[in-house]
This record gives sequence, C-alpha cells and structure tokens, in this order.
Amino acid sequence: MGKTVQKSNRSKGKGEDFEKMVRTSQFNELMAAKKKFLVPSIILFLGLYLLFPILISYSDALDKTAIGDISWAWVYALLLFVMTWVMATIYMKKSAMFDRMAEKVWKEDELERREAK
Amino acid sequence: MNLTVVVLFLLIVAMTLAITYYAAKRTNTANEFYTAGGGLTGWQNGLAISGDYLSAASFLGIAGAIALSGFDGFLFSIGYLVAYLVVLFIVAEPLRNLGKYTLADMINSRFDAKKVRATAALNTITIVIFYMIAQLVGAGALIKLLFGIDYWLAVLIVGVMMTVYVLFGGMTATSWVQIIKAVLLMLGTIIISFLVLSRFNFNIFEMFTTMKTATPLGEAYLNPGVKYKVPLDTLSLMIALVFGTAGLPHILMRFFTVRDAKTARSSVIWATWIVGIFYVMTIFLGFGAAAFVGADVIQASNAAGNMAAPLLAKVLGGDILMSFVSAVAFATILAVVAGLVLSGASAFAHDIYGQIIKKGKASEKEQMLAAKYASLGVSVFSILLALFAQNLNVAFLVSLAFCVAASANLPVIIFTIYWKRFNTAGAMTGMISGLVSALILVAISPSVISPVEGAALFTGNPIFPLTNPALLSVPIGFIGSIIGTLVSSKQDAKRYAEVKVKANTGYREPLS
Repeated sequence: MGKTVQKSNRSKGKGEDFEKMVRTSQFNELMAAKKKFLVPSIILFLGLYLLFPILISYSDALDKTAIGDISWAWVYALLLFVMTWVMATIYMKKSAMFDRMAEKVWKEDELERREAK
Repeated sequence: MNLTVVVLFLLIVAMTLAITYYAAKRTNTANEFYTAGGGLTGWQNGLAISGDYLSAASFLGIAGAIALSGFDGFLFSIGYLVAYLVVLFIVAEPLRNLGKYTLADMINSRFDAKKVRATAALNTITIVIFYMIAQLVGAGALIKLLFGIDYWLAVLIVGVMMTVYVLFGGMTATSWVQIIKAVLLMLGTIIISFLVLSRFNFNIFEMFTTMKTATPLGEAYLNPGVKYKVPLDTLSLMIALVFGTAGLPHILMRFFTVRDAKTARSSVIWATWIVGIFYVMTIFLGFGAAAFVGADVIQASNAAGNMAAPLLAKVLGGDILMSFVSAVAFATILAVVAGLVLSGASAFAHDIYGQIIKKGKASEKEQMLAAKYASLGVSVFSILLALFAQNLNVAFLVSLAFCVAASANLPVIIFTIYWKRFNTAGAMTGMISGLVSALILVAISPSVISPVEGAALFTGNPIFPLTNPALLSVPIGFIGSIIGTLVSSKQDAKRYAEVKVKANTGYREPLS
C-alpha cells in the first residue's frame, strides 16, 4: 500500500519536471535535429509517392519504355521500393544519433535532481 | 482433396496448437496476454508484423490482380510497402513510448477523458470488424476452393482455430503463429518466383517482352489504366493505402510487444525488408499466372483472381507445390484473423471494461477474465457475420478498413504527438468526423451501389463517384481535429510537455 502512495506522489511531481525538461537546451537541440531530418524526409517520400498516381493517371510520360520492354512506370514503381529501403536505412542511422541526444536529456535531468537534493 | 494437402493442413494445425499450448503456460497476466510480456526481439516482431500484415488479400489477391490487370494490380504492392515509412517516421516510436496495450492508451496519455478512450475503442472495433469480415468471407471461399469443403465448415475451422490461439495463448501464441506464417509465406513465394524466373531464363527483360504478348490485354497489360480508369480514384486508393497502415489497430498493437522504442524501430526495419521483398515477388507470381495459367482459366476458378497463385503452383510444381501453397494460404489467413481478434478484444476488455467501466482498478484476475470473454465474443460475432455474408461482395471492406484507419485514427495520432494546441474536443471531432465521413462516403460509393447487378451490395447509380473515399475523408479527419481544437479554448501545456518528452526520448522515471 505504502508503495502505491509513493508512486502517485512521484507522478504528481512529474509534470513540473517535464515542463522544465522541454525548456532545456539539450531537449530543444534534440527536437530541432529531429525536425530538420524528419520534416524534409516525410515531404520527400510522400511527395514522390503521391506524384506517381498523378503521373500515371494524367500523363503518358511514364508509358514510354525505359530499358528493353520495361516502361518508366515500372522503373518508377521499383524506385519507390528502393526509396523505402534507403529511407528506412537512413532513419536507422539518424536515430542512433537521436538516441545519444535523448540520453543527454535524461542525464542532465538526473544530474539536476541530484543537485536539487 | 489429396493426401499431401491433408497432411500439410494437419501439420499446420498441430504446430500452431503446440505453440498455443506452450504459450498458454506463459500467459498468466493481462500484460502477457496483450503484449507477450513485451519481450519480443526486433527480428521476431518484424516477422510477426509481416505475418500480421500480409493477408490473403496480399498474397492471393495481389497475385490475382497482377495476373488479370497487370500493372494496376501492382499499385497495391507499392502502397502497402511505402506505408511503412509513415509508420517508421511518424508513429512507431512515440506509440511505443506512450502506449501500454492499445491505441486508445496512447491517445489517452494526453487526454484523460473517457469519451476519447471510448471513441478510440469504437474506431478500433469498427476497423477490426470490417477487416475481419473481409478476411473470414475470403477465407471461407478460398478454403472451399482449395480443400473442397463447404463454406460454413471452412469459416468454422478458421474461426475455431483463431479463437483457440487467442483465448489460450494470447499475444505469445498469436505472435509465433504470425512468425511461422511469415516464414512459410516467404518460402512459398520464393520457390514460385524462382520457378517462374527459370522459365524466363532468369532474364527480366525477356519476361517483360513475353508479357507484352502473353495476355489478352496485349501491350496494355504492362501499362497503367487497365483497372483504374478514374484518375482521382487511383490517387484516393493510394492515399488510403499509405496512411491507413499507420492507423490499423492490429498492426499498432504489435509495437507494444517489444521492450522499447529502439526495438520498435528495428522491428519496422525488419518488416520493411520482408514485406518489400515479398511485394517485389508479387510481380513474378502475377506475371507467371498470367503467362502459364492464363486469364480465362484463373477467372473460371474465381472471378476476382484469387486462385492465380495456387493454380500457378500447380502448373510449376504439380500437386505437391499446389498443396504447399494452399497450406501457406491457410496459415496466412489464420495469422491475420488471430491478430484481429486480439486487437478487437483489447478494445473491449482493456479500454471499455478495464479503463472506462472499472476505471483502471480491475484486478489482474478480472482483467484476464475480461480479455478472454472479449476474445470469445469478438470471435463468435465475426464468425456469425461471416456465415451470413457468404454471398455478399465484401472485398471492398479491406480498403474501407484502411480508409477508416487513415481518416479516423491517423490524424489524432499525429496531433496527439506533435501538436501543442491539440485538445480533447479536437480529438473527439477528429475521430468522429474521420469515421463518419469514411462510412457515409463508402455507403454511397460504387463499392456499395453499382449499376452492374451483383457487382456490389445494391444495384443503382452511386451518389459519390470514387470507390475509395480517402481523398476526401482523410482531409476531413485532419480538418475535423483542427476545427474542434480551435473551437474549444482548452489547452494543457503541462500535459503536452510530458507527452512530448516521453514520445521523443522514451523518458522513464529514474530508479533512484
């Protein structure tokens, strides 16, 4: 019983910490870095993806053959596959960096708490 | 029905029941029931996601669609795959960091309101029921074709199996059934693809050149526009596919089975490769079926083309390969419906019973009991619906499920994580406007009302011209969320700070 009371006290105190945490430079650096990577990436892959149905529906540009009897529509479609794998791999690499930055946010927070004690 | 197929069929049943037996021993708490204890590794969950995702509609449906309409059939493969970038970049990690068992948990990490949880649960249940009916009706028809047994018996066999997995083995059994299915499906697809390619001397160019003249469609077969002639309809379909996946409850639920955001991430990467390689191979399945089986033979067996892959297997490898592919199709169906039962049950038992009725104070025993009753209820209800829906054309329900997921779930997921101003009112209007607009637009679309008799549920002239409403309903879901938010003056910056930190850092209370 005593344990649960302690827990709820702590979660009450949590809110203040989080508001402080979002203002720390470490956290803002993390958010800025994420935004800088995520927003252009999402616009890029969604843009390339949605352009495809528009191109094949409204123009004949992709009907021409590219290599042998394979038309540009197939080349574009397969490039969307390659795009997915490449973007996923880049995401993996970038997140390793975000993980390190997030680690810093926690460590700073823990340090401050100890000092406050 | 030959002996090989019976043996393989029984082998799958025996193997999955053995898994369930072992899983049952490890399923004693609600956490174990819903998340397999959260102990799956990246590759395990990646395979399970693939097993959960690659339904019979993907395997048999896309193979048939490519066989019959060439390039247009392949559009599904593209959409289903690129969708994983939306999952990876926007949803997977924050979801893992904020949620516990269900999607509603994640949304409610920001809003305590019961009505938000209830509406999120309702959306989950709606999507699960639509998806499930489509799967079960398709399964009944397929098993009838593959094994030569009656429709009702086929639905019952699948229904009983899925109930047993979930009821006794929870998420652990469901995950391993999905993992085994994913391995079998990949194996079967690789074998067929290899045999198809060998007939073209492993020369892709030769394959395309042959396909130019191999079908009744001639050169048109290789070009867009055979099946989708309305440009906006194609765009609408592609929107539903790419945004729907990131809102499908049974897929999202899989992210709670791993330890942390990092593992969630690596499981999506695994899934991206497995699912992607599979969808590339759908080209070989479809082309092979068109060239070596022929459109007329495929359609004589099943008008929608669902028999393309098994028939191709028969041409390439005789009865043994066809039996193997049929068994794989059976395993595929089982894995998907089990995942659906589990996510439907979690919405009833965890969200509605545990959190709303019992206010989060249900004992471990009560939670487990509720989870089991809910699983049983969801299963029985879906089996009954599937038995009644035998003669209805319900194939559109899969894309409707994607559409509801994209319109009602995704906007709220995104705003919960990324928009500071977002509030309870916005979450409510977003979820309701997305759900209602998707449902109404489909109800008056050519998917439900078609001038061709028997092509849809009703005969007549459709009021809404597009078969897929995502082009309108997804923006309506987003705009609904925004309007609701702005109309209400409420804001909770403190709560958002917590959500933001947790979503982005996986922050947990230090143990000190």
